[in-house]
Amino acid sequence: MRRSNYFLGAGLAVVLAGMATSAMAQAEIKIGEINSYSLLPAFTEPYRKGWQLAVEEINAAGGINGKKLVVISKDDGGKPADAQTAANELVSSENVAMLAGTFLSNIGLAVSDFANQKKVFFLAAEPLTDAITWSKGNRYTFRLRPSNYMQAAMLVEEAAKLPAKRWATIAPNYEYGQSAVAVFKKLMSEKRPDIQWVDEQWPPQGKIDAGPVVQAVAAANPEAILNVTFGADLVKLVREGNTRGLFKDRAVVSFLTGEPEYLDPLKDETPEGWIVTGYPWYSIKTPEHDAFLKAYQAKYNDYPRLGSIVGYQTIKSAAAILAKAGSTDPDKLIAAAEGLKVPSPFGDITFRKIDHQSTLGAFVGKTALKDGKGVMVDSVYRSGADYLPGDAEVEKMRPKE
Amino acid sequence: MAFYVAQFLTGLASAASLFLVASGLSIIFGVTRIVNFAHGAFYMLGAYVAFTLTEYFSGAFGFWGGIVAAALAVATLGVLVEIVLLRRIYHAPELFQLLATFGLTLMVEDLVVLIWGPSDLLGRRAPGFKGAVDFFGQSLPSYDLFLIVLGPAVLGILWLLFQRTRWGVLVRAATQDRDMVAALGVNQKWLFTSVFAVGVFLAALGGALQIPRDAVNHAMDLRIIVDVFVVVVIGGLGSIFGAFVAAVLVSELNAFGILIFPKISIILVFLVMAVVLIVRPWGLFGKREAPARRTPGLTVNPWRPLTSAERLAVCIALLAAAALPVIGGNYAVTVGSEIAIFVIFAISLHFLMAVGGLASFGHAAYFGLGAYGVAFLAKMAGLPMIACLLLGPLLGCLGAAVFGFFAVQLSGVYFAMLTLAFAQIVWSVAFQWVEVTGGDNGILGVWPERWASSPSHFYWLSLGIAALAAAGLRILVFSPFGFALRAMRDSPLRSEAVGINGKRVQWTAFVISGTVAGVAGALFAYLKGSVFPDNLGIPLSVDALVMVLLGGVETVSGGIVGAIVYKALNIWLVSQTDLSKLVLGGFIVLIVVAFPKGIVGTLEMIRHRHGGGSSEASSETRLMGSRIETAE
Amino acid sequence: MSALPPLLSVEGLTKSYGGVHAVRGVSFELAAGEILALIGPNGAGKSTCFDMLNGQNTPDAGRILLRGEDTTGRPPRAIWRLGVGRTFQITATFPTMTVRENVQVALVSHGRRVFNFFTATQNFAREQAGRLLDLVGMGGYADRPCGELAYGDLKRLELAIALANEPKLLLMDEPTAGMAPRERVELMRLTARIAREQSIGVLFTEHDMDVVFEHADRILVLNRGTLIAQGSPAEVRANREVQAIYLGEGLVYDARHREGAGA
Repeated sequence: MRRSNYFLGAGLAVVLAGMATSAMAQAEIKIGEINSYSLLPAFTEPYRKGWQLAVEEINAAGGINGKKLVVISKDDGGKPADAQTAANELVSSENVAMLAGTFLSNIGLAVSDFANQKKVFFLAAEPLTDAITWSKGNRYTFRLRPSNYMQAAMLVEEAAKLPAKRWATIAPNYEYGQSAVAVFKKLMSEKRPDIQWVDEQWPPQGKIDAGPVVQAVAAANPEAILNVTFGADLVKLVREGNTRGLFKDRAVVSFLTGEPEYLDPLKDETPEGWIVTGYPWYSIKTPEHDAFLKAYQAKYNDYPRLGSIVGYQTIKSAAAILAKAGSTDPDKLIAAAEGLKVPSPFGDITFRKIDHQSTLGAFVGKTALKDGKGVMVDSVYRSGADYLPGDAEVEKMRPKE
Repeated sequence: MAFYVAQFLTGLASAASLFLVASGLSIIFGVTRIVNFAHGAFYMLGAYVAFTLTEYFSGAFGFWGGIVAAALAVATLGVLVEIVLLRRIYHAPELFQLLATFGLTLMVEDLVVLIWGPSDLLGRRAPGFKGAVDFFGQSLPSYDLFLIVLGPAVLGILWLLFQRTRWGVLVRAATQDRDMVAALGVNQKWLFTSVFAVGVFLAALGGALQIPRDAVNHAMDLRIIVDVFVVVVIGGLGSIFGAFVAAVLVSELNAFGILIFPKISIILVFLVMAVVLIVRPWGLFGKREAPARRTPGLTVNPWRPLTSAERLAVCIALLAAAALPVIGGNYAVTVGSEIAIFVIFAISLHFLMAVGGLASFGHAAYFGLGAYGVAFLAKMAGLPMIACLLLGPLLGCLGAAVFGFFAVQLSGVYFAMLTLAFAQIVWSVAFQWVEVTGGDNGILGVWPERWASSPSHFYWLSLGIAALAAAGLRILVFSPFGFALRAMRDSPLRSEAVGINGKRVQWTAFVISGTVAGVAGALFAYLKGSVFPDNLGIPLSVDALVMVLLGGVETVSGGIVGAIVYKALNIWLVSQTDLSKLVLGGFIVLIVVAFPKGIVGTLEMIRHRHGGGSSEASSETRLMGSRIETAE
Repeated sequence: MSALPPLLSVEGLTKSYGGVHAVRGVSFELAAGEILALIGPNGAGKSTCFDMLNGQNTPDAGRILLRGEDTTGRPPRAIWRLGVGRTFQITATFPTMTVRENVQVALVSHGRRVFNFFTATQNFAREQAGRLLDLVGMGGYADRPCGELAYGDLKRLELAIALANEPKLLLMDEPTAGMAPRERVELMRLTARIAREQSIGVLFTEHDMDVVFEHADRILVLNRGTLIAQGSPAEVRANREVQAIYLGEGLVYDARHREGAGA
């Protein structure tokens, strides 16, 4: 009797399949979307709002070549294996035209590998790892957000102007932190051979013991600090650093800290004068962004985060690719996407043919405190196109097909 | 020199936070023997409630009052949980309470996001402790100094409570011998409730005191729960002083370790625990655990092989399962493969837990090693799939042989925690050794060969191997070796006295179990086409535990049912809702209450009750027997 | 036969815990087929002595010889292999198995088949297990779950398990503790009969002086870790020192009184 459980399993699976096989209307185009909604709600909630706005706008404007756009969204729980299960469900049961989304690098890579194996078009939204378009890039995968390398290059441009020669780094101990530090160091040392790296701290992601870390960095007495931590770790680091005076008279260069997702929680503890990448939605004065901002605020009565932009632009780009391809055939989608120019709230962006990276950029500026809240000031938009290595170098990194 | 003193003091401040939470866990475990997985959730709730209260009431009184009120409020919640949920399951098999508290934790994680929103929350700084004190040129936050004083103060208060009050004497007595306290005529129920309340209060207080230096967020619980378990175990279960020493040891090693090895934090606590447990099997200040007395009425019915009718039913069920590709689509079939693989994983742990009585908290290590084994062979050596499937699990086997050797020297929770430590060490190697393992970006492109690449072929392959593994392990259960293993579980004393080399038997079982887990991992690598460090991680180990407990740890085949129910439900919920943790947690709590022996265990009990009354009739004599044992 | 060394020979056994002598210089011998009782007031060192004999404890000094072979400090399982069976003060059986399976496990181990992975234990040495159970009067309970047995039956089962390796020596720690008086007598008669029939030496500790004086061939008296007397029941009974120790507890008087009445 005990192994009648197999039967139970079979039954359950049938039920699962049944639920998934909803009648597919011919008048729809489906995009399968995956993200870490339950693990990282702080980042994925604005992201979801962004893409929902995009779907609404697209359908209000007549859909994609007359067909209604439907986005089917799945949670991956922050696990690569679960993301693949979701991807499989979207592809096998929902028959989506393409996959999109993901936040964490390893999940982005897992879905990208799945897409390559199953020959499905995948537009990675947020993962930052360079590998996804370069060392582990594949035909079927495109990426929207400026990569680790691009963000590092933007920051290095400003950092190199600093007089500081003694640098310390603080980064979360996983691939994102490691490669951010590695790229920053490499590009920095190219521009400034006189620089010395005097200390590095690698707290575990999400588990920083900020006191000892701050104390250790202070003991190395650097003139400038590179920070790659974010989220709760950043809050703890900033609080300890403020209390212990770590940031006093020291330049700090910090990845992503200008994004509202990371800057807003710092409230009145926001350190001033950090050089950061981010998204100052309050000070961008372009017609494209104004339109987006108005629509977003009207719909949600909330201000956008960077995630909102990424979510919005992911679906907008996907729709543009689908519209141009006029088909859901993956090869046609790839052909349509390569070199495609799409409007975005940040201005026009292009999906490069050579490595499938979009030229979406980021804002570089300085942190400041205004009315008890952190803001970015003196920010300038840096187009991604200007911070990518030469074609020959990219060719070398991408695996041959 | 001033720097080293400052670093030392900073370490002490970290230790104080850790100690507060750990002491609560230690007290709860010492008395009730509950492995309270929800301790981190209470810690997190303490922080959230304190955040709300301190935002609402301003001023010094508002802040400190808010902190204490938050801890009291959460402690009240803890009492509610104890009375409504845990009381029902004190007599359930060991570790079943872990399942209940795990379910609670899942629920709380989603609930705090629903209540407080997804963003990180920045609490107020403590009035009077906002700045830093200059110490020979080093800045020390005054709040750190407050914590440094608070830690020993709480230790002192607890010491007084235990030494100078009747309640404390009872708690100490109960820590040493639960049954004795019951015999003394003490109301055990309320003793347990009060102990749970105190433990939760300490956890919540620990959380509330974090708000001036942390960001309150919904992942706080997982960040701390494993670390405090480790601290409690290093110190010795039930030893408050031990927990204090361990917290200081771990925090100071970290504070100074990062000066030399900046990447040490990620693994430090586990390294310390592994070393301590190998040298001192009961922690620094722990005492040898008294041999667990079986709770009266818990004795299971002897296992028996399947009758021929049952065998037939199994074959039919297997055939029905094999027909899945005929009726289901590709997705259903792939989910079927995943479930089959988790059946293999669950039964491997079930074998160790149910037959061997050895609860591994780090079983994912062998699953993950099997997966990495395949990935290495396929990607680096370029071996064909069959060879990879056969040889890959050997890495799991090897890992189990090495770690198992040390682990089986221990027993009970210490065994569990040493396996956890080993698993974390393996995980951190996979995570850190980027050149070989790809770090957390994993190894990609491990796809099955053409003959197995279609979903249905892979499903049949997985199903076939699952059936083989289940049959093989079942044969093993009823083999002389299986009996020797059960003998060791039932009575190590008697086993040794009849010439059984218990440690060797357990070690062998550990290796077998690890190898089978490796087989599951090997298949999993091909199913997903990639391998990531989280294949070795704690969440996966916990999943396996939950599957086994859900199925029923006192049964031969509970792991199969547990895996199917849990995995199918999990996949379905994740696909249907973002609040999958809330629903799954609620489901687990319900199961725990409704099926106190696990699904299969409870079904068997019901069947037995209806089948033959013989065991019921004699349960009275059994009770008498155990009473005599207790009296002796 | 006379050339054989004695079945059990204990020489100068000594053990102390934290400076306190639990057992000091205990020496005695035990012949095959002999039933030897080890008695003494609480804390006299009986349990420590016993634990050293069965390998659960290592002596600080002294030797234990089994048929001339030095077994000092060997683990319990090695001592069992040399033909020593034992029962515990608090019964130690396998509660989740049937009564027969309990015995089969011991037989599996005795037959060195523990690392046999693929045969069914169900049929392993079934007859032999049955015979052992019949011997202790438990034949009718073979298929009952061990966890359901009454205490007296558990003691019998333990005896059957202890006999599974065809022992030359049986070590029984308080074999009748916790039993009703009639059960005590029955169990000890059974033990004595088996010992005589199979020429097994028996060493047992016991609180119940009725049991001791009725069944022991010889008695060893321990007090504060030292052997103060040994000899036949009559000799021990007459020993002044023994009387002095036991007078306070009233046990000897009681026992003698009853024995006298019976005789």
